Amino acid sequence: MTEKGQTSIGTEERVLMCGNEALAEAAILAGCDAYFGYPITPQNEIPAYMSRRMPEEGRVFVQSESELAAINMVFGASATGKRAMTSSSSPGISLMQEGISYLAGAELPAVVVNVMRGGPGLGNIAPSQSDYFQATRGGGHGDYRTIVFGPSSVQEMADCMSLAFELADKYRMTAMILADGFLGQMMEPVVLKKRPSPELPPKDWALTGAKDREQNIVRSLWLGEGVLEDLNFKLDDKYKQIQKNEVLCEQYEVDDAEIIVVAYGIAARIVSGAVTRAREEGIKVGWIRPVTLWPFPTEQISKAADEFRLFLTVEMSTGQMVEDVKLAVAGKAPVVFYGRPGGGVPTVDEILDKIRQLTIRHKTQDSRLKTQDKR
Amino acid sequence: MKTVFQRTPTLKDCPTHYCPGCGHGIAHRLIAEVIDELGIRGSTIGIAPVGCAVLEYDYIDVDMIEVAHGRAPAVATGMKRTNPDKIIFSYQGDGDLASIGAGEILHAGHRGEQITVIFINNAVFGMTGGQMAPTTMADQITATTPKGRNVAEEGYPLCVSELLAVLPGVTYIERCALSTPANIRKAKKALKHAFELQINKAHGLSLVELLSSCPTYWRMSPPDATKWIDNKMTKVFPLGRLKG
Ligand SMILES: Cc1ncc(C[n+]2csc(CCOP(=O)(O)OP(=O)(O)O)c2C)c(N)n1
Ligand code: SF4
Ligand SMILES: [Mg+2]
Repeated sequence: MTEKGQTSIGTEERVLMCGNEALAEAAILAGCDAYFGYPITPQNEIPAYMSRRMPEEGRVFVQSESELAAINMVFGASATGKRAMTSSSSPGISLMQEGISYLAGAELPAVVVNVMRGGPGLGNIAPSQSDYFQATRGGGHGDYRTIVFGPSSVQEMADCMSLAFELADKYRMTAMILADGFLGQMMEPVVLKKRPSPELPPKDWALTGAKDREQNIVRSLWLGEGVLEDLNFKLDDKYKQIQKNEVLCEQYEVDDAEIIVVAYGIAARIVSGAVTRAREEGIKVGWIRPVTLWPFPTEQISKAADEFRLFLTVEMSTGQMVEDVKLAVAGKAPVVFYGRPGGGVPTVDEILDKIRQLTIRHKTQDSRLKTQDKR
Repeated sequence: MKTVFQRTPTLKDCPTHYCPGCGHGIAHRLIAEVIDELGIRGSTIGIAPVGCAVLEYDYIDVDMIEVAHGRAPAVATGMKRTNPDKIIFSYQGDGDLASIGAGEILHAGHRGEQITVIFINNAVFGMTGGQMAPTTMADQITATTPKGRNVAEEGYPLCVSELLAVLPGVTYIERCALSTPANIRKAKKALKHAFELQINKAHGLSLVELLSSCPTYWRMSPPDATKWIDNKMTKVFPLGRLKG
């Protein structure tokens, strides 16, 4: 971590930081005007960091009385055209769902960080990936989506932050960073630099006082017949555009792979270690890592499934993203799941074992298919 | 002919959706008049509640936002902290402020947010069909207290203004009644004072509670409803300045 006064933030220099602090500083670099939040482990470094840095930058920090209040403070600041964010962990994000739904309805930009921990209920404070459904399906009420990033390193936590602010403004919606306690706490070298901001649409809808112009109204209530249906279709068009334009995913040694492991976030880091070792053993295995969880890299996975392969999804849950993998694979190939819920973190050896087992299964399946072909 | 009364420009020239004799329309007019008299239309942002006044932005011609039920003080906090030069007001019913949003108003007051809150106490949830509110009077019949509010089980009417008045972060609280012309004039004065405090950057939150008719769910004629405010409600919710 860097100390005040000798900060190397904003330069090309590499600094050692934990994920939560790197993300917080990246938010400041991305022009975040206001941070609102309520403490919860394992993301307490974010409000602590922001309480020091935001006032230094002449920006706003408020410790809210609850996550309900925090997301509504974001709602208010955002409605005036400011860049605003909040962060929390799983139970707190559940409380924010009402506000996230209202943000979607009112088409307001916002950035929400979920440093996931084990659930359901109070669960535990160990890292987990069990809020995937909530994040990607739109955990609040109504027909809406949020953009969701699943970073897998401290550097990516920081990089996703500026992109999140940019896309939130561009599409007037919530962008969420879905990290986990592991990423939040671990220290890694990171380069923090300002991302050149593209031209974004002017916020002419913002509430700034109706001086010499007509009144602006930010609302999500539409009672007239068919009006809300029109809005829902308009939102849907926007979501389709995002699915077309904003998918981010990384692939490794996919071309000749007989097995493809799909994982995101910290699980993908562990998978990558296992895949490297499996390759050393001569197993033809690769991985696909969704960086955006919504929009999901459906096309990339579907393309990979065009050839006969086995898919293994690894998550720190009992299986959530695997449903999206199955939708993408669409029955073209078998999809197997390996998961560790409730704060369990899979080891490289566990995943390697799983890959080895699949190799045997895959071989027998493959030869069975070949004999079927001959017949 | 001499004009003795005129619609103030910030009050839109359109019919409202309120029931005959409803207090919301009076409150809207007073707010619009105060905004015009203070010349703050161009720097004011209003927050509409979830309740009968949800469409307030259709009647008051300033920049406005509609927010989740009860969350207005949190939204106002987000607005004011990022825009200290704007005048931020929330308009909230008794269900909105005293029930589901009790936490938000308490903590906005506790932090001393420099916002103005207009609290419409009509002793019921108007919008959802006249159910019991925290402010419902003892023995009052509502959709969910068919035998009258039983204070032994449902509690006494909640006097939120008195509770808030003890907070150091709350600068000014006054309770007025939208009943007689004299009381309505007092209400306007109170509203104006509350906005002035914010304009002059006085520390803390200013709140005006307005006892307001809901003839529909009080099951009364509009004249009887105003009499009920003065004869019954003011006994539990006494008028006057509670703070500041
Ligand atoms: C979260 C949530 N719960 C319940 C409702 C339903 N609801 C709408 S308005 C309201 C009560 C409004 O009462 P009040 O605030 O007193 O306003 P009034 O209509 O009396 O002016 C309720 C319960 C809602 N919209 N949102
Ligand atoms: S139900 Fe009551 S509060 Fe609502 S508009 Fe009618 S009179 Fe007014
Ligand atoms: Mg009411």
